[in-house]
Amino acid sequence: MTVYSVMAQVLAILLAVLGAPLLTGWINQCRAWLQNKSAPPLLLPYRTLHKLFWKESVVAENASPLFRIAPYIIFGAMVLACSIVPSLSTDLLLAPAADAIALVGLFALARAFIALAAMDIGTAFGTLGARREMLVGFLAEPALLMVLFTAAFLTQSTSLANIVETIANQPFAIYPSLAFAGVAFTMVALAENARVPVDNPATHLELTMIHEAMILEYSGRHLALLEWAASLKLFAYSSIGLAIFFPWGIAHGHDPLGMLLAAPALILKLAIGGAVLALIETMSAKMRIFRVPEFLAGAFLLAVIGILVHFLLGA
Amino acid sequence: MPSLVTQLINLFAAVLLLLSFGLLAQRRVLSLIHLFTLQGLVLAASTTTMAYFTGQPHLYWSAAITLVLKVFLMPWLLHRMIERLNVRWDVETLINIPTTMLIGIVLVIFSFNLALPISGLSQSVARGTLGIALACVLLSFLMMITRTKAIPQVIGFLAMENALFFAATSATYGMPMVVELGIALDVLVALIILGVFMFQIREQFDSLDIRHLESLKEE
Repeated sequence: MTVYSVMAQVLAILLAVLGAPLLTGWINQCRAWLQNKSAPPLLLPYRTLHKLFWKESVVAENASPLFRIAPYIIFGAMVLACSIVPSLSTDLLLAPAADAIALVGLFALARAFIALAAMDIGTAFGTLGARREMLVGFLAEPALLMVLFTAAFLTQSTSLANIVETIANQPFAIYPSLAFAGVAFTMVALAENARVPVDNPATHLELTMIHEAMILEYSGRHLALLEWAASLKLFAYSSIGLAIFFPWGIAHGHDPLGMLLAAPALILKLAIGGAVLALIETMSAKMRIFRVPEFLAGAFLLAVIGILVHFLLGA
Repeated sequence: MPSLVTQLINLFAAVLLLLSFGLLAQRRVLSLIHLFTLQGLVLAASTTTMAYFTGQPHLYWSAAITLVLKVFLMPWLLHRMIERLNVRWDVETLINIPTTMLIGIVLVIFSFNLALPISGLSQSVARGTLGIALACVLLSFLMMITRTKAIPQVIGFLAMENALFFAATSATYGMPMVVELGIALDVLVALIILGVFMFQIREQFDSLDIRHLESLKEE
């Protein structure tokens, strides 16, 4: 443990927590432009959070304590997930604490709590959303694990910091297995973050919604925390994708100068990634809910082929 | 670390495998033709890469034939065919795509295992891709078996020829020119004959569903 790694860790957490709503705002703006609409302001998510934090939080009479605790647990899990992902530097204080598998576990923990909280009140919408979320989750999770395993096989380590360190330090080489894993990861990320082919983040009252249906009963600061957690989740997924598939610009080991360069590089990569996400969302139509298993089975299959190709070609 | 040419060929092989799975999962006839065109393009690119790095001039000719036949002529013929048969927007109801995909994974594992000892005998820079080529052949077979309409079956047949061609270039730097020309023309003629055949099927049964061919007796 050095001063440097503590500093890198604090900086990474601060950037994630403060920057996540900005990423969401940027994606919304790009999407509006692509769809020929007048775009909402870039800082709108911050204003929404500010508004919600000052509002009274109304809780149903029959809500159990779990309903009140869940937003804090989900928010905490997402902050922890963001702090494990080596987005700025590979020398992180918390990196030895959890590897890629534990990261998937963190996402699963948040999912379990949000589903439980949604069913807690007993309204039809909440239960419906929770069931759909679990349907998406149980298929997306193995696919995500397989993607991370492909990277782990390539680098002989399940620690995210080691994976990124190894991939970033190698001489340039083409990895077909990573290409498969990248496509699979994009599909999983779309499903997990309630993006268009699976769920529509822009809708608020629709029979097909998944994420919104679960948080329908929340208001005030609880809702603010959940919205913030959703932004953080998107930020975490984007950082994982960028760190594994485009690791350029991330500072390795003890390198204070690298840290200074890493932040603009990450922001640039996130801006491009967000624009690509908006493009994907604009170009695809929302799927029927019963097509979602097919979509995620495809993602799982691509990830498995990635591993197989790695064994056959050794790359 | 393998050389750049091996890496490039490996990448092309991986894309071919991806496209084979795409063909297996696609329901729409028009998208099938687009995927097939893309497969031809990747094949031409990989053959050109092989020709450039190994200095085998006849591979340039193979690449050129592939480009003309499989990227321009055959997709054009297919487009014309679906236009005239009026099945452009046809959507085929398949039996459970995830199951088909899982069978596909089993086929990939099988062919990878089968190809490992064979590719050890080859001296080619792209010997590792033999397993992928074999997997693509088997996946095209699977596509022909699981489809019920005539046009997807024909596309499966053409995709299988693509995979065989790729296997030949990756294992042995391509077949002699005469053989390649012969196969290319054969496939072209087969496509034309199958096209005529499809019109006949539709004339008889008012549909391109080949399950109608299974009943042998007139009722």
